[in-house]
Amino acid sequence: MKKNVIEIENLKTYFDVSKGLFKAGKHVIKAVDDISFEIAQGKSLGLVGQSGCGKTTTARSITMLEEKTDGNIKFFDESQNSMTSIDDLSEEQIKNFRRNVQMIFQDPYEAMNPRWTIKDTILEPLIIHNIGTDKDQEEAVIEILKTVGLTPPENYLNRYPHELSGGQRQRVAIARALIMKPKFVICDEPTSMLDVSIRISIMDLMVSLAKDLNVSYLYITHDLAVARYMCDRIAVMYNGKIVELADTEELLKNPVHPYTKRLISSIPVPDPTYERKVYEITKHDLEDIENLSNNKDELYDIGNKHYVSTHKIKGLI
Amino acid sequence: MKNILEVKNLNMEYRTLEGNVKAIQDVSFHIPLNSSFGLVGESGCGKTSVAMSLLQLQADNAEIISGNIIYDGKDIVSLNEEELRKVRWFGISIVFQGAMNAWNPVIKIGEQIREAIREHYPDNTKKENTETIQDLFKLVGLDSSNIDRYPHELSGGMKQRAVIALALSCKPKLIIADEPTTALDVVIQDQILKEIRKIQNDLGLSLLYISHDIAVIAEMTDYMGVMYAGRIVEKGPTKEIFANPRHSYTKALLESTPSIVGDKVKLNSLDGEPPSLMGEMSTCQFSPRCPSPTKECKNQSLEMGLKEIAKDHYVDNCCIDCG
Amino acid sequence: MDNQSQKSKRQETLKKNYNRFKQSKIGMTGLIIVIIFGFLALLQPFLFLTGIWDYKTYDPVVGYDAQPYLAEIVECPKEYPTERYEERKDCPGKGEITLISIKPYKPDAKVGDKIERFLQPAPPSSKHILGTDSLGRDIFSQLMEGSQVAFVLGLLSATLSVFISTILGSIAAYFGGFVDAYLMRQSDLLLMLPSLPLLFIISAFTELQVYHLALVLGVLGGFGGSVITIKSQALQVKVKPFVDSARITGGSRMNILFNHILPNVAPLALLFMVFGVTGAIASESVLSFLGLLNIDMSWGLMISVSQADGYINQGLEYWWLVVPAGLAVTLLAGGFYLVGRGLDDVFNPRLRRR
Repeated sequence: MKKNVIEIENLKTYFDVSKGLFKAGKHVIKAVDDISFEIAQGKSLGLVGQSGCGKTTTARSITMLEEKTDGNIKFFDESQNSMTSIDDLSEEQIKNFRRNVQMIFQDPYEAMNPRWTIKDTILEPLIIHNIGTDKDQEEAVIEILKTVGLTPPENYLNRYPHELSGGQRQRVAIARALIMKPKFVICDEPTSMLDVSIRISIMDLMVSLAKDLNVSYLYITHDLAVARYMCDRIAVMYNGKIVELADTEELLKNPVHPYTKRLISSIPVPDPTYERKVYEITKHDLEDIENLSNNKDELYDIGNKHYVSTHKIKGLI
Repeated sequence: MKNILEVKNLNMEYRTLEGNVKAIQDVSFHIPLNSSFGLVGESGCGKTSVAMSLLQLQADNAEIISGNIIYDGKDIVSLNEEELRKVRWFGISIVFQGAMNAWNPVIKIGEQIREAIREHYPDNTKKENTETIQDLFKLVGLDSSNIDRYPHELSGGMKQRAVIALALSCKPKLIIADEPTTALDVVIQDQILKEIRKIQNDLGLSLLYISHDIAVIAEMTDYMGVMYAGRIVEKGPTKEIFANPRHSYTKALLESTPSIVGDKVKLNSLDGEPPSLMGEMSTCQFSPRCPSPTKECKNQSLEMGLKEIAKDHYVDNCCIDCG
Repeated sequence: MDNQSQKSKRQETLKKNYNRFKQSKIGMTGLIIVIIFGFLALLQPFLFLTGIWDYKTYDPVVGYDAQPYLAEIVECPKEYPTERYEERKDCPGKGEITLISIKPYKPDAKVGDKIERFLQPAPPSSKHILGTDSLGRDIFSQLMEGSQVAFVLGLLSATLSVFISTILGSIAAYFGGFVDAYLMRQSDLLLMLPSLPLLFIISAFTELQVYHLALVLGVLGGFGGSVITIKSQALQVKVKPFVDSARITGGSRMNILFNHILPNVAPLALLFMVFGVTGAIASESVLSFLGLLNIDMSWGLMISVSQADGYINQGLEYWWLVVPAGLAVTLLAGGFYLVGRGLDDVFNPRLRRR
């Protein structure tokens, strides 16, 4: 029975942007509007959607950078051998949570303190959590640099971020995220700012590290092709909600939700002889989906671990 | 077939505190009338510099060392500012990277386009210009109510369409589009690309499309050139290049693009980074990263230059027999 | 290997920044001015210590040197012109002194007597390159002493001010909410207060010496307007992904404040410091000109003394009493400002030329 590393239940994160002293609640942005998913240990889930759909807010809610409005985020607690909600965590458990949940950001340059050396950046997690002696820490840094392909490590320890290329910086970010051997890493578009020829090497690195360290990823991206390369399952997000969730190849071969179909068909194909036909969403299709289920709050199971959302979605046509 | 644009042996350098950066080296290509040419390459390869020098819009410290840029039969490298202004916008117009952010936030969109038209057609009446703008908006798929809106009232996709309308306002024959859809969603990108293709067909325009996204180049262009470290390493008809890529870099690019159609394949990546463009550049700059270099590759005396290997298909001299 | 490569990295960055700074003509001009005055400030103790100058003659406060000369006692006529004098202001002329002014000291003086007088203030000569003031003190020496005062005061107050405003600004940015609101209102309050009149009032209550003035200026500046600018810079740092990264890793608020926010706000703070020196020098000269500062010698005091003695009213005849000091204030305060502008080019990438 595969264990889950994280379970999200009905997560809602709303932002109240109403102006005026007495108008609280009048204008609310529902960035994340009731989403649920789970990720098994060692597996990766791709969260795909266009900008503004709520995927980054989801990541920030899970890592507690933003306060969620409602819903449950459950994380696997080893000491109790069960899933514990992050609301119930004690001080000690929060520290444990921080050790096990890390994030890799989109802009590798902005994700490092420009006045810190590479060594400082990678050491920071160990220092915060007081892991190991000075000598142990130095050895750990050298080891992880080798693992992410920055060799010889001594060349990189005392460099500054602006001296490295984009690909090298992102490797440092991966090193820093993985030095404490976390269980779960959220990757927020880590390759979108890198050159095309370098992206693959970074993605391959992440895939192999996931296998070696048994890490699970939540991979956020707007590029379905990249998600296909990296993830076992894919969730498609639109306007704060998940519209479809399935295994990667299943989703690409049999997309059900009109938005997914539209998304897939809009992606340019690197083959000049390929005739791409864009799928246009019709009102009829939307109604068909809505009629699949009476329960509008949950994702409808059409079998084969393939889920579709049946609630009314505005703004698609 | 007549060419709207011919670039011959263009060389351009940036003068910086640390030395001269050879941004464009010996670049030659041509764009036939009514066709589109794609320039593909990664960051720092020089494609944006090429776009800028075509309109002589390069930075203050950039200098065209040698070469010809022949637009519609006339060499524009030697033109002065006054004559250049006639070429700009009338002949060649450009949609910049991130152009949607270049709108003046305190002036209505329609007014900004009107300014551009007035600048180039000072004798038009206000009514004529208004009609022109309305036609343009219809052409790019924007509702005419947007003419009186401010930039912040429009979405990213709408702003980009307005930029394209602006680029078309003075009836150019060649449009340079430098990564026009980078910051846009895939769905909107698709719409804009369709729009550009439609306009190209309707108005008989030529297009120079610059991008790092090889999939977009595949869909949008008839001919393409692959740039690396300031040089064109391979060029030819798009279908031909995709079917028979010869240069190692071209192959690497094609092999490192994940796709959602077809089977899931293991992709190959490139190690290292693009080289610094200063100093001696006589040998193949790609050889340090080449997955299968021959002993010829490090040969200092090997003359670099494009050689034809098939009809219209050219490859840099050093890689004629690659793979 | 660790320390050595770290040092060389810092040297490289320093060198690159220095090169950028060199490009700015404004900054270099300012730097040269500051260096010249710094040199002057150090020159004085050097001259004394090596014995080139002796204290009795050249000390700026108690030195004395005046040329004796014989002055003829005259009496000024009631009506002009006469055969000796054209207008009223020609009497007494050079080398002459009126009977009325001498009478209290030498009751038995008569018109036509020759009496020994000392030339003070004396115009510039080979012995005193900027002349002497009305008390026979060397002006150049005073200038150098004033330079020392200006540097000490300027740097002390600016450093203190920057130290305070950086910490306050960072705290306001990081903690937000009530803390932020309070600090901003406090800053507004201090901005509202006109600084010079405030200094006048303070000087009425306590005796202001240089160090007191430095403290007051530092505190006023520190709690005042620069807090807002530093806060906005700190806010920009706060939303950077590396701060998020530190939070996700589990860093405490204090940790993030000191390790991430403060070091990244430092360059802007340095800029403020340089501009702060300008203000401090200017404030000091105004205060000592008005006699509100308990200080032995400074540029403002030099001008104050010559004004009190009435020499300013003589036009440019006694220029060496006024022009060097006035020029010094303007040049050094301006010099620091120019350095600040040059530094701005270095630290603000958007202003950079290639």
